[in-house]
Amino acid sequence: MLVKQISVFLENKSGRLAEVTKILGENNIDISALSIADTTDFGILRLIVNDPDKTLKVLQENNFTVQTTEVIAIAVEDRPGGLSEALKILSEYSIGIEYMYAFVGKATNKALVIIRTDNPEEAVKRLQESDIEVLSPETVYKL
Amino acid sequence: MNYWNPTIECMPREELTRIQNERLIETVKKVYHNVPYYRDKMQKIGIEPGDIKGIEDLSKLPFTTKQDLRDTYPYGMFAVNLSEIVRIHASSGTTGKQTVVGYTRKDIDSWAEVMARTLASAGTDRNSFVQIAYGYGLFTGGLGVHYGAERIGASVIPISGGNTKRQLQIMKDFGTNILACTPSYALYLAEELEEAGIKKEELKLKAGVFGAEPWSESMRKELEERLGILAIDIYGLSEVIGPGVASECPVKCGLHIQEDHFIPEIIDPDTEEVLPPGSVGELVFTTITKEGLPLIRYRTRDISSLNYEKCECGRTLVRMNRVTGRTDDMLIIRGVNVFPSQIESVLLQMGDTSPHYLLIVDRVDNLDSLEIQVEMTPSLFSDHVRGIEEVEKKIRAEILSTLGINAKVKLVEPKTIERSTGKAKRVIDKRQF
Repeated sequence: MLVKQISVFLENKSGRLAEVTKILGENNIDISALSIADTTDFGILRLIVNDPDKTLKVLQENNFTVQTTEVIAIAVEDRPGGLSEALKILSEYSIGIEYMYAFVGKATNKALVIIRTDNPEEAVKRLQESDIEVLSPETVYKL
Repeated sequence: MNYWNPTIECMPREELTRIQNERLIETVKKVYHNVPYYRDKMQKIGIEPGDIKGIEDLSKLPFTTKQDLRDTYPYGMFAVNLSEIVRIHASSGTTGKQTVVGYTRKDIDSWAEVMARTLASAGTDRNSFVQIAYGYGLFTGGLGVHYGAERIGASVIPISGGNTKRQLQIMKDFGTNILACTPSYALYLAEELEEAGIKKEELKLKAGVFGAEPWSESMRKELEERLGILAIDIYGLSEVIGPGVASECPVKCGLHIQEDHFIPEIIDPDTEEVLPPGSVGELVFTTITKEGLPLIRYRTRDISSLNYEKCECGRTLVRMNRVTGRTDDMLIIRGVNVFPSQIESVLLQMGDTSPHYLLIVDRVDNLDSLEIQVEMTPSLFSDHVRGIEEVEKKIRAEILSTLGINAKVKLVEPKTIERSTGKAKRVIDKRQF
């Protein structure tokens, strides 16, 4: 139930992000979610795509430093409190969240959230026990 | 005119040559009999001490390089019993290993003598307060100037480097007359003085002896203006003795070499041919009074030229031009010798491949800065900002502990550092001397 997220190292120079999206576009890769962690000198671009393996290959061929990381994708009720219920469960079981970002999928009434935790298997188990919808990788790639 | 030793400093050339001849003959005998390295080298080219009758035979002798000292690390080229060595100093080697030098009691005495001449040239006397802001320790700067100043009978303030606030306070309260430090640090102090609202008229500064790194005429003018002093250039290297090998006089038209202790030559760095006076080439020194580590024709890698004309100051000692560059890739950053290959060694330890890197040296607010750009590799990458910052921090810490300088480390994208088919351009030096 773990989703492959792509992480790309980017220098803080203009045009880098445009370059990445151009390459993905040329290779028919669809981005469904993204987030950027930034510092003064560099940023880490995180992507959820429809074909992580192809993305990895294509970016490496173009001299980008890339990695895949396993993350969880959950769908929560798109109403106030929806997210907090899911996070409450993770904190109850002392599962730490490294980072997260939200995106809109084609699922109705649900807000979709990508979470990286320090214990993904445990997180999936606990969330499913509490009836929080954890999306399968296949579903995520088809978004 | 401020001479420390006018007999030598203004000696007629023929007499000086006679002294050099005698001392060279003695030195060649000493190294031949006591230093296997030199004996082997000389035997290989079929030279014996008896073949050297004077300085005109200097070119028959083999050269010595930093690599030779590295190969014999640490004491392989010392010419005396180790029990006679009373001082050890060391400086940067091309990679990891330091260049080690040793002094006998008499060497320390010679060193104090040549350094006294340097300081006297700047106007130091027994009433002077000398603030030594060169680093004390294995580096020859601090202790070198110290013993020279003490020889004169000046009052030495051995403050060493760093702690700028303290430096300013002492300069003002202790009544410093002579300042000894790197020229860039002196400029930095000048700036800090101004910021602290201390006027140069409130100080008792008369002169400064600045060296350990190259500096320009415009920097000199700035220093003299802002501090209200005479600023003279001094030259030295630990292999030859330390500071004190040569120094400017108030005429500021070249640095007088202490020729009764060190014989200079200028050679073509590629053909090794000795060049006539006035030609620009690589400076080579032969020590003729040192006992601990006498060196024959040591290649300094510094580019200069020699002028044998008598100076307006009255000194007959040959003058060398201010050093304008090097024949190798060594950098001097905040007075510290840095070889790009040292940085490469540090980077090699970090990952499993040798990463491409670029050194950017600049001078910001009168202080040298070093930025090391390293290309990101899969083994250095992590999905965490913290992880990448840790890598930068680790490299910084290693550079600091290995080289003693604080560098900024910036990880850059792969293939962004220029590749070349020949020697890789590893350094961009934005400083202007």
